[in-house]
Parts: sequence; C-alpha cells; structure tokens
Amino acid sequence: MAATTHIGRSTRRVDGRAKVTGEAKYAAEFNTPGLTYGYVISSDIAKGKITKIDASDALSLPGVLQVFTHENAPRPAYFDRKFKDDDSPVGEKFKPLYSAEIQFSMQPIGLVVADSFEVARYAASLVKVEYKAETPETNLRKKPKGHKAPTGKTGFTPPKSRGNAAKAYKNAEVQFEAEYYHMPEHHNPMEMFASTVIVEEDGKLKIYDKTQGVANSQTYVTNIFGLSKEEARVINPYMGGGFGSGLRPQYQLYLAVMAARELNRSVRVVLTREQMFSFGHRPATLQTVSLGATKDGLLQAIKHEALGETSRFEEYTEVVVNWAGMLYHCDNVELGYYLRNLDTYTPLDMRAPGSVTGIAAFETAIDELSYKVGIDPLELRLKNYAEKNEFEGKPFSSKELRACYAQGAARFGWAKRPAQPRSMREGTKLIGWGVATGMWDAQQQKSAAKANLSVDGKLVVGSSTADIGTGTYTAMTMIAAETLGLPLDAVTFKLGDTTLPVAPLEGGSWTVASVGSAVKEACEAVAKKVFKMAKDVKDSPLSGASFDEVEFVEGKVQLKGDYSSGVSIVEAMRAGEVNFIEEETTTMPNMLKQMQYARNTHSAVFVEVEVDEDLGQICVRRVVSAIAGGRVISPKTARSQILGGVVWGISMALEEESVLDHHFGRFMNHNLAEYHVAVNADIHDIDVIFVEEHDDIVNPLGAKGLGEIGIVGVAAAIGNAVYHATGKRVRELPITLDKLL
Amino acid sequence: MNSFSYTRADAVETASREVSNNQTAQFVAGGTNILDLMKYNVERPTRLVDLTRLPLKEIEDTDKGLRLGALATNATTAYDERVEERYPLLSKAILAGASAQLRNMATDGGNLFQRTRCYYFYDTATPCNKREPGSGCSAINGYNRVCGILGTSESCIATHPSDMCVALAALKATVNVTGTEGERTVEFADFHRLPGNEPERDNNLKPGEIVTSIDLPADGERFAKNFTYLKLRDRASYAFALVSVAAALDLDGDTIKEARVALGGVAHKPWRKPEAEDLLKGQKATKENFERVAASLLEGAKGFGSNTFKIELAKRAIVRALTMAVNGQH
Repeated sequence: MAATTHIGRSTRRVDGRAKVTGEAKYAAEFNTPGLTYGYVISSDIAKGKITKIDASDALSLPGVLQVFTHENAPRPAYFDRKFKDDDSPVGEKFKPLYSAEIQFSMQPIGLVVADSFEVARYAASLVKVEYKAETPETNLRKKPKGHKAPTGKTGFTPPKSRGNAAKAYKNAEVQFEAEYYHMPEHHNPMEMFASTVIVEEDGKLKIYDKTQGVANSQTYVTNIFGLSKEEARVINPYMGGGFGSGLRPQYQLYLAVMAARELNRSVRVVLTREQMFSFGHRPATLQTVSLGATKDGLLQAIKHEALGETSRFEEYTEVVVNWAGMLYHCDNVELGYYLRNLDTYTPLDMRAPGSVTGIAAFETAIDELSYKVGIDPLELRLKNYAEKNEFEGKPFSSKELRACYAQGAARFGWAKRPAQPRSMREGTKLIGWGVATGMWDAQQQKSAAKANLSVDGKLVVGSSTADIGTGTYTAMTMIAAETLGLPLDAVTFKLGDTTLPVAPLEGGSWTVASVGSAVKEACEAVAKKVFKMAKDVKDSPLSGASFDEVEFVEGKVQLKGDYSSGVSIVEAMRAGEVNFIEEETTTMPNMLKQMQYARNTHSAVFVEVEVDEDLGQICVRRVVSAIAGGRVISPKTARSQILGGVVWGISMALEEESVLDHHFGRFMNHNLAEYHVAVNADIHDIDVIFVEEHDDIVNPLGAKGLGEIGIVGVAAAIGNAVYHATGKRVRELPITLDKLL
Repeated sequence: MNSFSYTRADAVETASREVSNNQTAQFVAGGTNILDLMKYNVERPTRLVDLTRLPLKEIEDTDKGLRLGALATNATTAYDERVEERYPLLSKAILAGASAQLRNMATDGGNLFQRTRCYYFYDTATPCNKREPGSGCSAINGYNRVCGILGTSESCIATHPSDMCVALAALKATVNVTGTEGERTVEFADFHRLPGNEPERDNNLKPGEIVTSIDLPADGERFAKNFTYLKLRDRASYAFALVSVAAALDLDGDTIKEARVALGGVAHKPWRKPEAEDLLKGQKATKENFERVAASLLEGAKGFGSNTFKIELAKRAIVRALTMAVNGQH
C-alpha cells in the first residue's frame, strides 16, 4: 500500500498527463455527427443603430444553413431576471440579437450557421450591415465624475468610513496626496470562449461550455429557454484558463443554444481572439489616495477614493477602496467609491478584482509617504500594522503578515537596502528594491459533494466545481484520499458536470475551502459507515472504539497510531455485505463561528528591478513573495498558483493595457501580438514562501485559498522598486518605457 | 477568409506570369503573415501561388559576397555559420524578431513583404488607407504607438515591422528579382518606399516580380566586429520594435572609417540617411559625435501623440547602439 498521507505533500497534477497528451478535451473539442458551426458577426460601431442588415449573399453560399440577426432571431424570454446569472451586477441584461441597438463595440449582431467553420466565417464577411452611428463615450478620464453604486440585492456594500479623516488630514504634520490610474485589462485566457451544444435523440441538450460554473450556465440556459434541468446538461471538464472571465455565461452560449433549438441541429460557436475583447474586463479605474501622518510615520488619516467604469446597462462594482483601512491601524478613514457609465461592455471580475486595483494604488502611496517621512517603507508598514479589522473591531481569524514581512525581507536581503533612490547602479542600469503588501479574503461558500467507495477500494468523488487550471482535481483528490486513507491512484475526482452535486462558481479563492470541505465531509460520512462495518467484523479490534478514536491510513481503519489494530476497508465492506457506500453531503460554512472574525490572506512582495537609465527598459530581476494563506493542501499546485500570480503581476505592472480608440469606442490591440502579456523572457527569479499559519476558524481544512493573493501587491512593489531605482514615480499602469524617458 | 484557389509554382517565370496577369493573385512562401491577414479578412486573394517548391533555398558564396536564397528560412539564415561569422549583425537582427516557431517558417524573401502592424490596418471595422485606399487614416489622430515618426504622409503613418530588413539596409544588401521582363537588381534602399499618397504600395516591385535572392556585399564583412542590433520594445520577446537600431562601425583605433546606422519601427521602410553616417567619417567615436548623428537622423521627425516619445527614444537608442558597437557589445 502506497503512502496515504497527502495533504501538505507535493504531488504532480493528477490531470497533468491528460493535459499534455491532449486527452483532456475542452468545450470546442467535443464532436458529434452532423455538428454545425456558428460564427459570430460583431458590430463595427460602439453606439447607434443597425439601419440595414443584408444576409442574402451569405445565405446563397453553399453550406450556409441560416443567418440569425435581430430581424429573425427568436426572443425566448422577455424579462431581465431570466437572463440573470450568479455573477451578474444590478441592471438590464444584454440580450443577444434582440434589437437593432448597438451598446458596445464588437457587440454580437448576427450568427452565421454553416456546415463548416470556414464557410461560416466566410459567409459572415458577406453580411452587409449599415449603421446610424452615434458618438460613443469610452474615456473614463474625460469627465471623471461618477455616481454612487446602487446597494442592496446585488450584494454591494458601500465602503465604510471611521473617525474624521478630513479633519485629521488637515491637521496632520505630514500630508501626501496623489492620483493613480490604470487602463482596462482583459483576461485573455489561452482557450477561447466556446460552446458545443449537442441535440440528443430525445431532444435534450448536452452542452459543453467554457465556464467557471456549469450550474451557472445551466441556470442561465434553462431560465431563458424555459427548459428543465434534465433538458439541459452542462459539462466542462477542463478549462484553458479562466481568471474570472468564465464567471458569467458569455454570449456564445446563448447563441449556440438558440441556434441549436431553432435548427434542431448540434451547433458549436467559438469566439475569435478579437471577440475575446468584446465582453468583461478589468475596469479602468482612477483613484485618489490622501494620507496624513505624524513626522515619525504614524498614520493619522486615510482617504481613498475610486472611480471605476461600467457599461450603460449594468452597474459593475468591486471592492477597491476598503483594503487600506483593514491593512493599517488608523483612526480616521474615509472611503469613496463611484461608477461612471461608458459605452463599453460591463466589466467582469478578473483575478483579485478590486483588491489588485486598490492595493496597487494604496501600497504605492504608502511607499511615497515613506520617503516623505524618511522611514524605510517596510518599517513604516510595521509601524502602522493593524492587529484587528478596525472597521468591524473584529480580530483576524489568523494573520501572519508580520512573518511574511520578516521571512520575505530575510530571504530578499532587504536589510542591505540603501534608503536613497538612485543609489544602486550597474553600468547603464539603475537598480531598485521595492516592497508592497497584499490582502484578499478567505471565504467559504455552501457546497455539495458526493463520495462513492466501492468494495474494491476505489473511491469516486464528485462535485460540479471547475478546475480552471488552479489544481482543483489534484487538491480534491488529495483531500478525499487522505480522509479515507487511500493512495491517490485509488481516487477519481469528477467535476464540471451539472449531474454532479452543486458547487459554487469557481472563483474568489474559495474552492479549496468550500468544495474541499464538502469533499472532506462526504468522505467522512463514508468513513463512518466503513467504521461501523469494521466494528462488526468478527473479533474486530475496533469493537469498543468510537469514531474519534480511529484513523484511516493505508487502506485500513485503525486505532490512532496503532498499526496492529487495523481492519482493511475491503474486509469491512465485505463483512457488511455491500458493494459500495455512497454519501452525498451539502456543507455550509459555520457562520456563527466565522462571523466573529475577519478572515483574510496576506502577502508581502519584495522586488528587485533594473531600469536602463537612458532607454527606460525595465527588467524585474527578482521577486520574493511571502504568503500567509492558512494550511497549504497541495504545495506544488499552491506554489504554481503564486508563481502565476506573480507573473501576472509583472505583466500588469509593465505591459498590460487594453487600448481604446475613443473616437471609435473600440479596443484596438485586440490580439496577443499587441495586447502584451509577460513572456518567458520577461520572467526571472521568483521565490515563493508560505509562512506557517494555523487557522481553525476559516473552515474545517484550515486552508484559506490561494487563487488571488499571488497577484495582489506585485504591481505596487514593482512601481516602488522602479522609483527606488530611478527617482521617478509612475502613477499610471502599465509602466512602459516611454513613461521613464 | 474568402475561398481561393491554390497552385504550386514549379518555375519562377511561370509563377511571375501568373501573378502579373491576375491582380487578385498573390504569392505565398512561409505564410506567416499572409495567412493571418486572410483570416482577418484584410487580404482577400482569389489565388495563392505557392513559391516554396522553387529551388531558391540555398545560401551560397558568390564573387560579390554571400547570397541568401529567397526561400532560405529566417532560422537557417540566422544560424548559418557564414552569416554568423561575416554578417553577425544580420543574424542578431533576425533573432530579435518573431518567435522560434515563426522563424522556422518565415523565409528571407517573405520577410521583405511583411505588412505593417498598424492596429487599424488589421481591423476591418476602421478606415485605413493602406487596406482600403481612400477610406482615410485612423492612426494619425488615433492610437499610434506602433506608428512612424519619419517619412510619414497625410494618408499613412504606418511602419515596416521587420527586424531583418533593418540590418539588410545597414549592410547595403541588394535584392535580385525576376519578373515578366527579366531579371534585375534593386538596391535595398530602393526596395521599400514611403507611403506618399499610395500607402497601399509597400515596395517598388512591379506586378509579378519575385525576389529570388538577397546579396550581402563582401565589404559588409568590415562590420563583423563593431556592430549592434538594439531593439526596444514593450516586452523582452515576441513584440514588434518601438524603435530598433542597426549600428555598424569600421574602426581604425578609435577613429571611424565608416559608419552605418539604420532604424526600424520609425518609418514605412528601414530608415537610413547616408549624410548622417558621413558625419562620423574620419571622426572619433565619442558620445558628442554620436549625438550629432542621432540629431541628423531624426531631423524632420514628427510625432502623432501616442508615438511622439519615439523621437527622443530613437535619439538615445542611436547613441547607445553606436556606443555598444564601439565597445564590441552586440
């Protein structure tokens, strides 16, 4: 019997082989006889009306089955609520092909369905569209006046304030204020959004959809088209990157289902890379931070205000401004959060939404203050360390941020940092060191899971969650195997199928905490049954024992630490005369316990950059990221998560921006040649430290979730290092070389 | 992508005739650019004439220097020992471009025919004079980070995106072409053209003319020691140049016998100015002298908003590249 202790031990991804061999199939790769292909026609303009749409040339092309436009497409549901999904903000929902009105550039205005992809694509180019265009407004900075976001059912809680920040700022010995801005960014996962809708013989739909929540897609489709859950099964076993882009159903799902129902044919719709810029994105955000402090660096006042973009029809909100008031001790905190409606599509959660934006600005401001008061930026942070969440007066369930600072600084060699900017140089390269803090939530959601242990010792566990590349398959397999004392290869974890017990959307860094807790509970329910059978085995060494006194190791149930006392699982089940034991559980967070505490992950990020003195080119030579994220379940995939976050942080700091031409209201760099994401050559040394953090409040596993925290703070640390290297402060992301000339 | 017919050429002359007789026919070699453009519906040829079976792959010594067959791939050329030893500037420039996969497919001849990366050229929803003559230039008053600052016109501010061509310009390569009227040799400086009021034309070839080879002159070997290809871009790899500089010096001690400087990412063609290079003839390799060259090369430069920074960047890049070349830093 192989080792059966898994949690906290590095293991390879259980789905790694399937992924590298191509055995793992994605939404656009499932085939069926008679499959047809839809190609989306996108609007050339950002605002106005379609005055004429002529599909006759396209329809006359051999192989074209239909061209759907607002003139002939069905309108299966009228009310907005039918189009709601688990992540939709308040507002009107976008309904594809419902009207001639254009609300954003690249809006889908037609779907060509043909018997081959190539014919559909060519036919789409033959559809002639005339518009009555209006002037779009897409520039957040042109009139930076916003309105307050609506509160209530959307779950948006307005940021809290405390004390009197205006007065404290006015009276402070040291004052600092600055404005920060970043451009919109797109998720740009490798895999394009795709839906393959298979119409089965009985008329039911089997839908392979790129999504971070099959249940969400199913609800969306069944509500709109008036179907039962049995009539629309949604499946998504693998995902080529999500980053939040799959938290809402994208329009190809609607179009594929609509066409399949209208034509009674199986239909696949795949978006192009260009069309990947036609929906949600990280919103452009303009922020102002004001800090008041004593001469020796104690924070007296924090003011943080943000203006984010949203569409004309939905009010997208994110938590941008709350973080500073939780990270630092300060009696006077004033926060403001505003939205401005623009002629773009609604923004969408993108890795560490809000936090990555707000902390990028705030942790830069703290750095700026450190030079003003002449205190080392790390020391300044420690001086103002928050021992509790001062908004709510609640203690943290655990907070090992001090250990992050200390261990990160030691690994990085921070103590040797000269205080003055421009004091390290190698030839034409200026060297700088920067630090920043990161913070994210440690949440747990309601989740269900099912475990089935068969008499041959094989365990199958399932939940409808997703693995968006984060390692869900691996972590869940480890949790299940450990709970029942089995080797990893005896366990199969299934996900991404609406026939499995319902899991929440895969996002918010809560999957391990939520689904993992459900998996553990389902497996424990099985374990209890095994234990009962094991007690009933003839001459059972466990006959007098209670469940708390036993453990499951190496395929046996035994008295804790007593290898001689074991009864094998197989033996117990045979004695119990069952072929399998199946248990399904729904796990709820322990709200009463959790709500007494603030629950967060923290990080400290240390960065070394080199900047060419004359040419402005920046290279991030070293990053040390120290993470306090509770118990680490799967060290290898956890480390990969943080590495990926740091890489994206570098990309965000130096390269990523979706550039709008405000005249056309259109993103112009809509491909991976011109929308720059970091490439291998940009990435150098990255060191990840997980500090010890024990937490029995957050969930039964003690794991806090690591999906988001890795990216938070990286951009600020890089910007701070660039300042230390050059003496130039760039307050607009990305920091491209022209901003340093 | 429209439907099109495809034919494989078995002789240069017949291929040339076929395309010269059909305005909607185009050549294809490595296909690393035209296939993308067809998928974007930017290029809509009705016929593609595939040149890749023609016997034009060899890299060979001639009495004039080294001859690169038009169908030699960028990768083969960059790693060819003769190129690495005698024309390392070219090798360096090729390897600064694209990705390993693309360089394996892209040919030397095809590299000359790369089309601009101007955002508007690629997006059929926006006007572009290069794509649809007479429709207007969206870049002039739009987003023009990748666009030109030298030799632009009111109808087009696009740049030529090649790295290889910048080195070929500095090395004063010549291009051998064959058309329906026979063979001719074109100086590299005369191969590409400025946009003027015909931005749809990237080069001075006649319809149907095929590049058969590129000659690297024997006297270019003088620059095998003191050269550099400096490429400035928005990420460390797989990005087009904001500004690139091919700098080559023939030195006698610290005195410059001859200098070559070509710029990429700034104009509709690789930008050279012999008068600017002549400023260094017989002069010492000093920063002040390099700054004079930079000022001369950027004379008349004009920015359009999001690319105005390139004027200063190009000046600094020229000084840096020449300094690196003196020091033998490549």
